Amino acid sequence: MEPLTNRRKNVEQLPMTFAERAYLPAIAQGLGITLKHFFKKKATVQYPEQTRERSEVWRGLHVLKRDENGAERCTACGLCAVACPAEAITMTAGERKAGEEHLYREEKYAVTYEVNMLRCIFCGLCEEACPKAAIFLQDDKLAPARFERDEFIYGKDRLVEPLKTTETK
Amino acid sequence: MDSVDLLYKGIYILVIFGITLLIATYSTYFERKIAAFIQDRVGPNRAGPAGLLQPLADAGKLFFKEDFIPARSSKALFIIGPGIAMLVATMSSAVIPFGDMLLVGGREVFLQAIEVNIGVLYVFGVVSLGVYGLMIGGWASNNKFSLLGAIRAASQNISYELAMGLSLIAVLMMTGSLSLREIAEQQAGFNWNIWYQPLGFIIFLVCAFAETNRTPFDLPESEAELIGGYHTEYGSMKLGMYLFAEYINIFVASAVMATLYFGAYNFPFMAELEAWLAGATESAVTANNIVTLLGVAAMFAKIFLFIFFFMWVRWTLPRFRYDQLMKLGWQILIPLAILNIVLTGGGILLKDYLF
Repeated sequence: MEPLTNRRKNVEQLPMTFAERAYLPAIAQGLGITLKHFFKKKATVQYPEQTRERSEVWRGLHVLKRDENGAERCTACGLCAVACPAEAITMTAGERKAGEEHLYREEKYAVTYEVNMLRCIFCGLCEEACPKAAIFLQDDKLAPARFERDEFIYGKDRLVEPLKTTETK
Repeated sequence: MDSVDLLYKGIYILVIFGITLLIATYSTYFERKIAAFIQDRVGPNRAGPAGLLQPLADAGKLFFKEDFIPARSSKALFIIGPGIAMLVATMSSAVIPFGDMLLVGGREVFLQAIEVNIGVLYVFGVVSLGVYGLMIGGWASNNKFSLLGAIRAASQNISYELAMGLSLIAVLMMTGSLSLREIAEQQAGFNWNIWYQPLGFIIFLVCAFAETNRTPFDLPESEAELIGGYHTEYGSMKLGMYLFAEYINIFVASAVMATLYFGAYNFPFMAELEAWLAGATESAVTANNIVTLLGVAAMFAKIFLFIFFFMWVRWTLPRFRYDQLMKLGWQILIPLAILNIVLTGGGILLKDYLF
């Protein structure tokens, strides 16, 4: 048949040589390759004893920090929610009452603060947006797997840094 | 045979049985280790030092699994199947000479369980019975995939048995004996059959892979197409028996190959070493015993090399297609084996004519 263009290439299929048809040289070559791997360095990380180091810019589970006196830093300004591209953060603000100075640092505080881990993309923009240095993405904790979808909405009970109970000298 | 000989034979058979089982057990461990090493992994290393208790852990797991028998299966045959596979596998090491002769208290002690002058035929006869284990297992499961696997196993074993027997005939023509001890003795020192029968050895090796159902010829199992082949319906220790029988078969096949082609318990400069030792220790008995024990070590070294080779090939080559397997057996290996017989016969005639 006359080719339509001159770009067609003829693929040559040479008949196999005797050595190729006998398979044995190719098998010997393959055995050589696998034997080389026998002596190579192993890629295994012995998990419980060794852990693999994460990248320095790795971002994990959120935490709401307390200040040096143990009061919550967050003032429910909402900048993190605004900065969040995935709209994972919601909060309601409340006014601090008298006698709660040890609990909340400023007059305004977050009554609820929720991060939806199903939406969160761990971009770290909330951390950058926060003027009070309240929210951080920890570098050593993963958001663990769970069975129910509603368990992925992390409230203040799971986000706020636990109080250092015993401060001994 | 007097009672002392009988006692000795009894002990020797028990020892060989134990060694066979031990080697088969640790073959499973080394299979996993070698697979891991070839794939740049570490392999089992949690159970015991360096994972050495892993075979025990595997066996424990198999024993405690549910022993399931399908409702529509043929129950008696279903139970007998793995038993036959095990029995046949352990029987064939009886005629293999693992060493020469020890002199204990003026008594000649041969390191071979049974000396029969048809040793080679015995091995072949017993090994070919092994296919009954697979066939019965596959048939009794009442599962079409098992049956397909069993039929594959049967036809594959029969096909390769032919080429194996033909390649062996060339060795028998050279040695003029069917006794494995006789064949081993004729290869004294470094006069191994491999130097005269390289083609025959390659054919025998390929057939040994097919007979033991090892990759690249593990079509009876072929997990990808047939789920598990003849042992699809098996679980618990019955499956364990089948898999274990395969490892025993590898051990026996390695031992037969070492005996037939690689000089069995002979090693280079054996006679010189014995003469020198007899001079140095001034005792022919001690010299003989030391050399015999070294020979046993040489035999096991050869067997282990072959076992390693079986595993090495397994983690290198992909599985054959079934028509390729049959074509290789019938159209390539059998004609090659016949060619090898003709060449060997010509060589023997030429040697007689020239010398």
